[in-house]
Amino acid sequence: MAAISDVNPFVSAPVGDNAFARITDNVSRIAEVERPPRAWYIAFACALGILSIFLGSIGWVVWTGIGVWGTTMPAAWAFPIVNFVFWIGIGHAGTLISAILFLFRQTWRTAINRFAEAMTIFAVMCAGVFPGIHIGRPWLPYYMLPIPNQMDMWPQFRSPLEWDIFAVSTYATISIVFWYMGMIPDFATFRDRATTFWRRLCYGVVAMGWRGSSRQWHRYERAYLILAALATPLVLSVHSVVSFDFATSQLPGWHTTIFPPYFVAGAIFGGFGMVVMLAVPARQFFGLKRIIQIRHLEVMNKVLIATSLLVGYSYMMEFFVAWYSGNKYEAFTFVNRAFGQYAWSYWAMISCNVLFPQLHWFKAVRTNPIATLIIGMFINVGMWFERFVIICTSLTRDFLPSSWGYFIPTKIDFMTLGGSFGLFFTLFLLFCRYLPMVAMAEVKAFHPSAHAHEPDHPVEHTGQAPVGI
Amino acid sequence: MSDSHEPQASESGPAPLHGLLAEYTTTGDILRASKKVRDAGFSRWDTFTPFPVHGIDRAMGIRMTILPWIVLGAGLTGLGTAILLQWWTNAYDYPWLISGKPLWSIPANVPIMFELTVLIGGVTAFIAMLVLNNLPMPAHPLDQVKRFARATDDRFFLLIEAADPKFDADATRALLDSTRPHAIESILEDRKTSDKLPTGIIYALVIATVASAVPFALAAKARYTKSRSTRIHLIQDMDAQPKYKAQRENPVFADGRSTRVPDPETVAVGELHEDDHFYRGTQNGAFARTFPPTFRVDETAMLRGEQRFGIYCTPCHGFGAEGNGMVAKRAEELAQGTWTPPSNLTDQRIRDMPVGEIFNTITHGIRNMPAYGPQIPTSDRWAIILYLRALERSHAAKIADLAPAERTGL
Ligand code: HEC
Repeated sequence: MAAISDVNPFVSAPVGDNAFARITDNVSRIAEVERPPRAWYIAFACALGILSIFLGSIGWVVWTGIGVWGTTMPAAWAFPIVNFVFWIGIGHAGTLISAILFLFRQTWRTAINRFAEAMTIFAVMCAGVFPGIHIGRPWLPYYMLPIPNQMDMWPQFRSPLEWDIFAVSTYATISIVFWYMGMIPDFATFRDRATTFWRRLCYGVVAMGWRGSSRQWHRYERAYLILAALATPLVLSVHSVVSFDFATSQLPGWHTTIFPPYFVAGAIFGGFGMVVMLAVPARQFFGLKRIIQIRHLEVMNKVLIATSLLVGYSYMMEFFVAWYSGNKYEAFTFVNRAFGQYAWSYWAMISCNVLFPQLHWFKAVRTNPIATLIIGMFINVGMWFERFVIICTSLTRDFLPSSWGYFIPTKIDFMTLGGSFGLFFTLFLLFCRYLPMVAMAEVKAFHPSAHAHEPDHPVEHTGQAPVGI
Repeated sequence: MSDSHEPQASESGPAPLHGLLAEYTTTGDILRASKKVRDAGFSRWDTFTPFPVHGIDRAMGIRMTILPWIVLGAGLTGLGTAILLQWWTNAYDYPWLISGKPLWSIPANVPIMFELTVLIGGVTAFIAMLVLNNLPMPAHPLDQVKRFARATDDRFFLLIEAADPKFDADATRALLDSTRPHAIESILEDRKTSDKLPTGIIYALVIATVASAVPFALAAKARYTKSRSTRIHLIQDMDAQPKYKAQRENPVFADGRSTRVPDPETVAVGELHEDDHFYRGTQNGAFARTFPPTFRVDETAMLRGEQRFGIYCTPCHGFGAEGNGMVAKRAEELAQGTWTPPSNLTDQRIRDMPVGEIFNTITHGIRNMPAYGPQIPTSDRWAIILYLRALERSHAAKIADLAPAERTGL
């Protein structure tokens, strides 16, 4: 039994006499070390601590009722739905990277797609918790499923909340299938390198006997392409459907046609913010700098500028439409957003989402991991505030001044919000420890030495090598 | 170049040959070798690579899989399921009428159609990939070869099976030799490991499948049979409360009622109401013709009366008390034949009516007019009557009734 080591075992150069072997080693050794370095344990202990706060606060909410949150009329959605939309949005970047960039043949995605997909799944899990506990009786969500029940009635399929059930559960399922399928060849690599019986058994079971047959690769690639093609409209649909929860209501500030694209852009923006936030420490810590290069951070930061401008445009457009529509409730809502009781959250959102990301126009900033990390954090804060602004300003200032109010979160509100990060990071750290963090097979496939020097096939121009091995 | 290993004979006699395995170090080599083997007309052979090698499908002559068609079928099934599900549940079995919209209108049903198409299509793509690829495949003769572990790392392998009709141990080896492999190895059939799932796992799966149907069977049974015992509620939701509700039978009391009547000899504090004139509008058993002395007739009372009349009486009797309020108008419009129109309160009959009788009408209601006693406090009822009297006067007002200053303003 090796003792927990203070030195990071992942900094040394990967071993292997060719590029493919070095890629394998670089990724596999992370899951193969007998004892990960002390920092992993510390991080994991923190994550578990925060997770226990999460579970504790949920237990308290279920035991006493949702009155322990600040959620009450008129802000009946408040934190739980803010958190739901926040987490589900985070997930979108993963699918965008794995599916949409795949269809667009963006080979740089191979360095980050695996853990972006993992991030998607964990974020969707965090998201799924919130509607479940927000309904107050978490043992009754089956009312929303079309199964015969003792009330002899069916769910109402023309409600966006019902669409949400289908959209989110489809999204979770397809993301897991996509993620798992992508990992099968890498599990096979782990299995074939395993030195102990249990590793061989566990990875062997999940690898399902994959041996890399070309006839199997052929069907595998087809299935992967089809899944990507299905996941692409799916990811666009999910946040559109989430936005319908708002847009199909009559509330000023919610009832707008710009919501679906605006939500999707925001989701991708927030999700990429989370990806860079995870990528920077992960590449540093797990010795993946050769695979996840500065170049990849730079590309993602460029995506962040683009999506930041998109959300900035949406914020402007909302104001324009409020004025142009001539609807005085709509106009009031937006003036109230910027200058009313929640103005502080509105300006927090604007500065985090629209102003700070503009720093990425400078190459020095967008190629600097620390700056990338910090701006990524700001974006996450900003995107949380975006949902807060949308939900709380509109609900507390609707048509009837007699039913106006002010939402004040309670301690438990903050515990469930903060605690959800515990769930996310616990799952993420376990993923880093036991699963292939980088899609090895895909990275190898795009490595220059994978492109055959065949006489009747001139070497394809692949541009820059996706990995530096 | 080749460093071939001779097959190792096992204790129980040599196993039959499974095939010949050649190892290559680059994608170029495996592609060239594949073309040779393809052109030599072999059918039972395969290559094994750590990643999908670009162009190997063509080099091996792999034909396009039917997988996309399967997924198309599955996607259409998902679409059809969504259409049927939504139509059957919301428009047919349990018609859900939402704001008077049609029971079945496609646009609102599109999101779920889309989601189910993707869900069933996507999951099928994955399952079809596994099934067509014969996965899971627990064992394979190649697993006996140590070098083959690199097939998922950095090496490229080509296997020609002995079962191929064109296979000939020497000629095939010569063919492989000519492709300049890194190594060639003979693969024997694996007699020790079975490529079947262990029977224990199969039994466990069968039992789990059967067991998972049990809850559904129980639910179905409960649904279609009758039982005298109360239903099991794990979480009570306060739906069973140990208390008696109003109008329920109650064995505790002799009269069997849970609602108790007050004792005839008792009066609650402050509820004696002995002033007949004020509380009942009567004087010596007849309806009073004057306002009770405890009620102060002044401007405040008049304004209060106007406001309360506006709230409680105008919906039916109208602002002018002529019996033409919104409720009355709407009822006439519907013309259902059962409507008794509210009285015109400016009629001579009502003008001549003692205030005590109007008070009684408001308190207890009359014929089709409901009682407002429980809703309107006593002094407000008098205030309403005061205002009603003023309204009645205004209906028969003459110019001479106005103050001289106001007459000129008309
Ligand atoms: C829900 C509708 C409704 C409201 C509200 C209502 N009334 Fe009436 N009222 C009626 C109807 C209907 C009649 C005629 C009953 C009949 O003739 O069967 C009536 C009759 C009367 C009469 C005549 C009774 C008689 O002896 O013929 C008086 C006086 C009267 N209402 C006063 C009032 C006052 C004062 C109020 C406000 C506190 C009021 N009503 C509110 C429906 C209403």
